[in-house]
Amino acid sequence: MTKSVFLGTVAAATLFAGMGMAQEGSTLAQVKERDELNCGVNTGLVGFAAPDANGNWTGFDVALCRAVAAAVLGDSSKVKFVPTTGQTRFTALSSGEIDVLARNSTWTYSRDTDLKLDFAGVNYYDGQGFMVRKDLGVTSAKELDGATICIQTGTTTELNLADYFRANQMDYTPVNIDSNAEGEQQYMASACDAYTTDASGLAATRAAFADPENHIILPEIISKEPLGPAVRHGDNNWGDIVRWTLNALVAAEEYGVTSKNIEELSKSSNNPEVQRLLGSTDELGAMLGLDAEWAKRAIQANGNYGEIFAANIGEQTPIGLARGLNAQWTQGGLLYAPPFR
Amino acid sequence: MTDLPAPANPPFRPSMLIHDRRYRSLTFQVVVFILVMAAGWWLVDNTIRNLAALGKTFNFGFLWSRAGYDIPQTPIPYTADDTHLRAAAVGLLNTLIVSILGCIAATILGIAVGVARLSRNWLFARLMTVFVEIFRNMPLLLWILIVYAVFTEILPAPNAYRGDEPAWSMILWDNVALTNRYTAIPTLAMSNDPGSLDLGARITISWATIAITVALIAGLFLRGKIRDHAQKVQDSTGQRPTTWWKSLAVMTLPTLFLIWFFGLHLVAPALKGFNFTGGLNVSNALVALWLALTLYTAAFIAEIVRAGILAVSKGQSEAAFALGMRPKRTMNLVILPQALRVIIPPLISQYLNLTKNSSLAIAVGYMDLRGTLGGTTLNQTGRELEAILLMMLTYLALSLIISAGMNVFNSRVKLKER
Amino acid sequence: MSDTHAQTVPFVRDTMLPAAPPPAQQAGAVRWMRENLFSGPVNTVLTLMGLAIIWFLYVAFGDWFAHSVWNADSLPECREIIAATWGEGARGACFAVIRERWNQYVFGFYPSELYWRPVMTFGLLMVALMPVLFAASLPVRRVVLSATVALTLLAMVALGSPIMWLVFAIAIMAFAFHASETQIARLLPFSVLFPLLGVWLLWGGSLWGPIFVLVGPMLGWITWRVLVSRSAMLATILSVLVTIVFWLFVAGDAAGDAQNLLPMGIEPVDSSSFGGFLLSITIGVAGIALSLPLGIVLALARRSDMFLITTLAVVFIEFIRGVPLITLLFVASLLLNYFLPPGTSFDIILRVIIMVTVFAAAYMAEVIRGGLAALPKGQYEAADALGLDYWKAQRLIILPQALKISIPGIVSTFIGMFKDTTLVTFVGLYDPLKSMSDAVRASTSWKGIYWEPYIFVGFIFFLICFGMSRYSMYLERRLQRDHR
Repeated sequence: MTKSVFLGTVAAATLFAGMGMAQEGSTLAQVKERDELNCGVNTGLVGFAAPDANGNWTGFDVALCRAVAAAVLGDSSKVKFVPTTGQTRFTALSSGEIDVLARNSTWTYSRDTDLKLDFAGVNYYDGQGFMVRKDLGVTSAKELDGATICIQTGTTTELNLADYFRANQMDYTPVNIDSNAEGEQQYMASACDAYTTDASGLAATRAAFADPENHIILPEIISKEPLGPAVRHGDNNWGDIVRWTLNALVAAEEYGVTSKNIEELSKSSNNPEVQRLLGSTDELGAMLGLDAEWAKRAIQANGNYGEIFAANIGEQTPIGLARGLNAQWTQGGLLYAPPFR
Repeated sequence: MTDLPAPANPPFRPSMLIHDRRYRSLTFQVVVFILVMAAGWWLVDNTIRNLAALGKTFNFGFLWSRAGYDIPQTPIPYTADDTHLRAAAVGLLNTLIVSILGCIAATILGIAVGVARLSRNWLFARLMTVFVEIFRNMPLLLWILIVYAVFTEILPAPNAYRGDEPAWSMILWDNVALTNRYTAIPTLAMSNDPGSLDLGARITISWATIAITVALIAGLFLRGKIRDHAQKVQDSTGQRPTTWWKSLAVMTLPTLFLIWFFGLHLVAPALKGFNFTGGLNVSNALVALWLALTLYTAAFIAEIVRAGILAVSKGQSEAAFALGMRPKRTMNLVILPQALRVIIPPLISQYLNLTKNSSLAIAVGYMDLRGTLGGTTLNQTGRELEAILLMMLTYLALSLIISAGMNVFNSRVKLKER
Repeated sequence: MSDTHAQTVPFVRDTMLPAAPPPAQQAGAVRWMRENLFSGPVNTVLTLMGLAIIWFLYVAFGDWFAHSVWNADSLPECREIIAATWGEGARGACFAVIRERWNQYVFGFYPSELYWRPVMTFGLLMVALMPVLFAASLPVRRVVLSATVALTLLAMVALGSPIMWLVFAIAIMAFAFHASETQIARLLPFSVLFPLLGVWLLWGGSLWGPIFVLVGPMLGWITWRVLVSRSAMLATILSVLVTIVFWLFVAGDAAGDAQNLLPMGIEPVDSSSFGGFLLSITIGVAGIALSLPLGIVLALARRSDMFLITTLAVVFIEFIRGVPLITLLFVASLLLNYFLPPGTSFDIILRVIIMVTVFAAAYMAEVIRGGLAALPKGQYEAADALGLDYWKAQRLIILPQALKISIPGIVSTFIGMFKDTTLVTFVGLYDPLKSMSDAVRASTSWKGIYWEPYIFVGFIFFLICFGMSRYSMYLERRLQRDHR
């Protein structure tokens, strides 16, 4: 029996080893050869990345992955979503397990330099805030001296919180939690006075409560949290592809290109910028090692930035986030895509 | 039978390395050694190349940089300005705290349940069997999550203790408050503080603690002396003098005196601002983890204890009864010493398991060694190779120390074969 | 003693009284209770305590369970139903979440139209285990096999399995019945092939992969047959080498080419779709199957008289046993890629299986070492006296007996390992306990549901682990009979 089991398992192991591919060459070449994009996402944050009952992933970050897949592989469904925790996300990227990390990760100096990541831009400008129960009578974060605060471990918010309370000479007791689901549980049971995380996450969490009116998000935003997709340091061409896919989505909104009118515009538009973007004139795609219509496909996948925002986290969704900082620069926001030229 | 001429040692031929049993094991070992070395070299070489490709280095310098994060429970003074090394030390102490508390409680509960399972009371024995089977056959992680959820969902927030007609009131004569964040218990305070001994690295021990410890050890020593003396008197006269009041006096009087001298008293926690202050707030993460570890491990220990008692043959207790021993003495002098020999080795491995299982603290956010060194530090610095290596070595050292210590104990209770 | 009594005693009974029933105090339930529940003050207190515990549990959970709701679409709806049926303020369990999401707890994100594949794999696994687990007793085998076949086929039909695969499963099971009734050892070739079949059924893909994996050992066997007459050792070494070289350098490409020439296969399913109990059982079974042989090798190495081998085994075993599983899982998810040639990355489930295997193997080695040590010395001496060499002695005399003694330990190691598969949640896999429950709770309709998923998952774990421990007790009892 021993021998038989042994033989069988060796065979099984070889089978698996066949599945694991030896990855040589550029990320682009690997993705094309594999015909699938490996995209690291959150294990479950409604609005940004979460699997539904059938295992289909949806969300704001997921849409970016799909756009990249559409640009590179021509099919937005050729994405394998790899759920990563706050602990495993950067290692998964540097070990090559994933090609791009779209997991609401904050772009910071040390991550960009010391962790050897390259952030390909910002897809959501966020900031850390606090949520408290209304009946606590707190109206400002400055009144939280001595409070118990729920915080996710392994995030930048942990450091910001320590800095903020120290700078204001206040005390607090952290309650460390592992996932957003757990944070909600603790907060709803009043196991902590305040819940702190990115303001978008707070809004999403609050929106899902049975009694959102009983909870307030304090006005103080204690940090800058530019969230964006990250790639491995060193493969600049791949970084360019992700960066310009994101830029294409942003630019498309600026020029009024939507998933509905894109076919029409690619033929009829006489805006030279739109023509270049959609590959009607000039061969911009070739400079990235892609074909001419890469950006067109990326936009077709889920629509432009505005459409993605509205569909996943916008005011019409249960999450109900306003555009705020994430509006186009023409609307007073920070989104500003460099020119396609 | 004629004597055969002694076979001459045949000259060495290379093929003997395989065919001659005397050399074959040598060949085999050399081959295995080379293979292991090659595998090790391959792994190290891969690691070096991977690190180089990522532009990372292998050094432990990050341990001396500023940690920057806070830890809810700090047995030694710690702030966000301290180093990652100190954070790791805090984590290690937290691991030790929950492990030691867990081992003690699991042993007590385990023995109680194990004995109760053997009780002649049908109902109680069945209940204990159900307890053991339920806890042994479900994952520990489930119990940790459930106990933690019970604490958060069922116990009230500190607010419930507020007001003139509070919804909940403190228990144990207003000394302990159960909340869904922590259990607030009283602390010890001194009105006549002698100061404390500085051990360096901002770790201090109060002189009062030292004095009381010394008093207790001295009491134990004196008690031994009194016993020896009583034995001597008994040996020479056949009459054992009554010693219990002497023993009691040397054990308690000096301590009581010290407690009075230092003015030791309890300070009960009181609700102030958002939370209870004044007392000690033991976080629910610790309590839930401790309770779950205790219940889970106790179920295993109960089985070990039961098997150990059943392993002592029935003739032993019958013989003891035949000698006229009372049941209690039979248990203490005949059954237990023999059962302990069967019980202790598996008990050691349960203690080891509990210590290792305490790393499941991750599920409740208790900042143990994995939570600090293998969690936040790893994450903020991105030094996964160094952090995980250091964490594994620490756990390994912990395990080896526990098993070494317990093995010494085991060899003392082991049957002395003559 | 004859006549004196006749005069002195006025009355002597010379007939027997009819037998009377014992007094009520000494019979039936009353007597039983007096003996077992109230035989003394301590016992009475214990009984009262037991009753108090039961009463407390009933008060705390009774109404909650009694007010279970199985038909609802969301937690708020559940609460409405409970309030409407049992009045405002009543508590109740909402097991509707299980009814609605059971498929996620069982299969994870496995494509729903392919659910029959894991079910069939599991059924065939039980069939493949027959000759190993239930070789001794025909009646037991009959019961287990019938139950397996009935459940598997029913589930496959219910989950919409294609007719072709139903026929395939029925054919194998019919053969298993035949083998079980005649000679169970005939089923062993199927058990040997099962790992390949199982992996292929679960992950799908080209059939050529498993075929070419099989070709490797066949080539090795041919090499061995050709060379064995010259030198047994050379033949063994070369045949192993041939197999490995074939697997490493030929099998992958050949399978790809064959697939291009003649496509044959079933729909592939990605590892990231695995979750829930499917994931736990896959990791558990693979870990069990792999850790047993590795554990045997380690145990033999630790008892070997070669210093270097013993040292290596001791260092390995003690290292693995000294660290928590969770750190090994972190190694699997964070570090393993550092240790492999740059650019290689392989499946996270396989990495986890490797680590779980290594972990379980170290414990297994200690259990088997205990079995080896418990074997009377005479057995070793007898084997030597027969002139058997080391491997023959181990294979024919020592191991069969040592493994038999260590079965309870082996089973409890398996149970521990199966329970520990829940820890994969910490490396981002969807285990049924934590990740899956979190995923379910993330949807707005089931936000705030805690106890029901835990109870459901705990119940299933209890069934499986309790079943395994009962099986081990059954074996123990049989072994005790064997020894007499």
